[in-house]
Amino acid sequence: MHNNHKAVRYNRWGYIFVIPFLVVFVIFQLIPLVRTIYNSFFENYMSGLSHIGPTFVQFGNYVKLFSSGDIWKYFGNTMIMWVMCFVPQLFFSLLLGAWFSDEMLRLKGKRFFKTVIYLPNLIMASAFAMLFFTLFSDGGPINSILVGMHVIDQPYKFFSHVGSTRGLIAFMNFLMWFGNTTILLMAGMMGIDTSLFEAASVDGATSTQIFFKVTLPLLRPILVYVLITSLIGGLQLFDVPQILTNGSGDPMRSSMTMIMYLNKHLYSKNYGMAGALSVFLFVITGVLSVIVFKLVGSDNKE
Amino acid sequence: MSNTSNSNTTSAETAKKKKKGMPVGVRKTIAYIVLTLITILCLFWFYVLFINATRTNSQITHGFSAVPGASFLNNWNNLIHGTLPVLRGMLNSFIIAGCSAFLCVYFSAMTAYGLYAYEFKMKKFLNTMILGIMMIPTQVTALGFVQLVQDMRLEDNFIPLIIPSISVPVTYFYMRQYMQSSLPMALIEAARIDGSGEFHTFNAIVLPLMKPAIAVQAIFTFVSSWNNYFIPSLILHKDKMKTLPILIAQLRSADWLKFDMGQVYMMIAFSIFPVIIVYLILSRYIVGGVAVGAVKG
Amino acid sequence: MKKKVMSIVLTASMVASMAAPVLAEATTEGAASDEGKVLNIQCWNEEFKSRITDHYPGYEEVDATHGKIGDVDVVWTITPSDDNAYQNNLDSVLPDNENKDADERTDMFLVEADYALKYVNSDVEVTIPLADLGITDDDLSKQYQYTKDVVTDSEGKQRGISWQACSAGLIYNREAAKAVLGSDDPETVQEAVKDWDSFNATAAKLKEAGYKITSTVNDTYRVYSNNVSAPWVQDGKVVIDDNIMKWVDDSKALVDAGETGTADLWSDDWSAGFFPDGKVFCYFGPAWLINFSMHADEEGSIANQGGWGLCEGPQGYYWGGTWICAAKGTDNPSLVKDIMLTMCTNNDVMKEIATADSDCVNNSEVLAELANSDEGANAVLGGQNPYAQLAAGAENVDMSNISFYDQGCNEEFQSAMKNYFDGNATKDDALAQFKTAITEKYPELTAE
Repeated sequence: MHNNHKAVRYNRWGYIFVIPFLVVFVIFQLIPLVRTIYNSFFENYMSGLSHIGPTFVQFGNYVKLFSSGDIWKYFGNTMIMWVMCFVPQLFFSLLLGAWFSDEMLRLKGKRFFKTVIYLPNLIMASAFAMLFFTLFSDGGPINSILVGMHVIDQPYKFFSHVGSTRGLIAFMNFLMWFGNTTILLMAGMMGIDTSLFEAASVDGATSTQIFFKVTLPLLRPILVYVLITSLIGGLQLFDVPQILTNGSGDPMRSSMTMIMYLNKHLYSKNYGMAGALSVFLFVITGVLSVIVFKLVGSDNKE
Repeated sequence: MSNTSNSNTTSAETAKKKKKGMPVGVRKTIAYIVLTLITILCLFWFYVLFINATRTNSQITHGFSAVPGASFLNNWNNLIHGTLPVLRGMLNSFIIAGCSAFLCVYFSAMTAYGLYAYEFKMKKFLNTMILGIMMIPTQVTALGFVQLVQDMRLEDNFIPLIIPSISVPVTYFYMRQYMQSSLPMALIEAARIDGSGEFHTFNAIVLPLMKPAIAVQAIFTFVSSWNNYFIPSLILHKDKMKTLPILIAQLRSADWLKFDMGQVYMMIAFSIFPVIIVYLILSRYIVGGVAVGAVKG
Repeated sequence: MKKKVMSIVLTASMVASMAAPVLAEATTEGAASDEGKVLNIQCWNEEFKSRITDHYPGYEEVDATHGKIGDVDVVWTITPSDDNAYQNNLDSVLPDNENKDADERTDMFLVEADYALKYVNSDVEVTIPLADLGITDDDLSKQYQYTKDVVTDSEGKQRGISWQACSAGLIYNREAAKAVLGSDDPETVQEAVKDWDSFNATAAKLKEAGYKITSTVNDTYRVYSNNVSAPWVQDGKVVIDDNIMKWVDDSKALVDAGETGTADLWSDDWSAGFFPDGKVFCYFGPAWLINFSMHADEEGSIANQGGWGLCEGPQGYYWGGTWICAAKGTDNPSLVKDIMLTMCTNNDVMKEIATADSDCVNNSEVLAELANSDEGANAVLGGQNPYAQLAAGAENVDMSNISFYDQGCNEEFQSAMKNYFDGNATKDDALAQFKTAITEKYPELTAE
């Protein structure tokens, strides 16, 4: 009785702790979100300096969005590029995480390697893209090397082919973000009780076994985080393809992602279409996230 | 790239099949080779940036070079003695990114703790709602956000760039996950028995335990705020308020008489330095004494 | 990847007409004159500011974004054009300008030709006609007609003014001309490129000698698009002009024959031809391109050796330029008027600008004077004096078909057609993509 009462008293603190977050959250995120959904039912855009609408059009924007069928193409592009961007990223992050946490390897210079991998993320995407354009231009060093080695006879136009454009997008995205994923995992590994590793090691487990049987399960909450945010980040893939293709998503919009498409509508401040597209994205992301949660298992530890 | 990844997949697979795993020596060699390649791949971009900062506009537009030019000092002087308030810009960026990072990690941790350590009615609902909001493309809320700032008459003010970082769902999510993997409730109970107040427990016991998570998220927030161009460019108009990315964009849209890629690269290099330092300081908590075998940091 | 990170590179377009009214620094009140004490100017770089600082009598610089003219404080608000931030800023500041406090109102703003009509010919009036400021046709008699057309609304009222005339020509590689055409004399070269048929025939000859005629198809785009017979948009419908379709067909033929490339302007591959080993015969551009962009300061570049020549090329056109508009609601109309007249019509000031800053000025008398003096000789052009030709070119530019949608149409069209030139799409598919893109950008338009 007494205990119970005390617990309730403590639990009031739960509200106090979340209040600042919630207040800011409601003002800066929830209200704009509600506005977005509301807007999706209106025709509402700017023609130059003149405001057209808002006129209530029911599901008009949604009908328009799906009638051309382009949205599914962009969804496909996004999913393809998600796989190209995030599979190598997750693979390398886990691999490096495993190596860094492997006692038997006794890698030297771990600190250095761990520090270095995050560095590319410090460069602004736009500055990064400037370097990419220079390196991969027709007369750039990559082409010179390839021609010099007789791999190709003619300079290869990297940004004029579907495969190489998507490849470069994936490559740049990988460079910028794999360090980020790796340090998330490493921070998670720091919280693991080292005695567990020692025990497993004494029992004769190999490094690989320790990694898959001990480390990964303990890391599950962090892995769930990485998967979910990678999924959301992938569906919202935008900055790298936007900059590398100058916003065009060419060749023939084969590298246009859903957010790039959304961005096209925002040029004319087309709140209606942008709103409808956002709601669509929200639904898709939600469905996929629920699937991931279900697959990885509920993360509630009770 | 694809070659190395293939050999790694296969090595991982074979390692799994054999009971004893691959000899340590072989694995070590593979690890070193891969790590060296990755290191080169990561540092190469900094090398090119700094090389370009030493070259003239014409040399840069002429194409790539592996050796430095002779214009480092010249570019530096042009930048510092030009009309752009670069030092002020750096200070502004520092204030905004620093405050954002602090508020973001502190309040996200606090919120995560509130929703992790206590039982109350709204708990499940709040958690789900925050995770739901995470799934909305930021681009969309950005639309309403600047409108809101205008309505509040907060232009040319750092507040709208700092305060919203109190509520960043991804950071909250990470903090919560981290607590689930490494913050035992027993510890909190013990603190209560010792008579520690709830707020004190959070500040004095929970936060120190969260150091690696805090460091990671502080770096992420700092870096993304430091490199943010779009929203600040619509909110900050006065020269004295502008941040580094706005000034870089201004250099890039200079007229032909003044257009100078040497200065642009110098400015980019200049603006990367402080983040590198902040990163090195904070990364101590992440790379320091990681997991097994390492010396205690 | 992570969500918050997405906000790093949000594009300008996405934040609507919001942003902020630009606040002037607080000023000391109580001045005598009936006009405002603060002159607010919106711009995207420091070009105009340095012209005013250097050439406007009585302007004193206070710091990088402040100055003084008499007892009036001048406040420069610079918003970079990256991600459309400059236009987004104007969109939010201008419509409501009249209702702000006097010292906070924008008094002047600058625009470029491609989007000038958005502000000049808007249903929401944000500019003041020059006539209402008291500027007469007589004041503007030395200016070139095209510079007036760019900023004239549908009722024929001129609402902006420029000190620059950016008429442009064909800048050719003298060495290539000698090798292939037998002479580097402008008249000989002009004969070989006098219309598009000759131009394309010359391209084939150049190919044999190892030269590309242009660096990229986008070099000639402006020449074709300046010479259309009707605006991009008629009655809310996008219409692709015949001359623009001619650019598509001519360009495709050149690309397929290996006589030009498809790189973007300003890319490394585009500027490769500024050096002898780039093997490019010509560029299309105005004075500023010649003076500032062809790497004249770098040893080994063609410009450094004075190896370029200038002739008219197949058709007349212009490239670039900055226009000054008076913002509706200004509380400094007479100062604005004086700045416009001094910078854009005064012979002495404009001569100074032409010689000090190498602007090709919007003043027929000054250009005529330069054409007949040694001051006009240009080192990049091997001592050739370009002014007679630039002046004649400026007379011939016809911008009566400019439209409010030019910026979007030109950008999207070139971008869509690149797919066709690169062999990634049929002509019809590329055109269809253009139509999709343009109706996304301007929802009020149809494109059959």
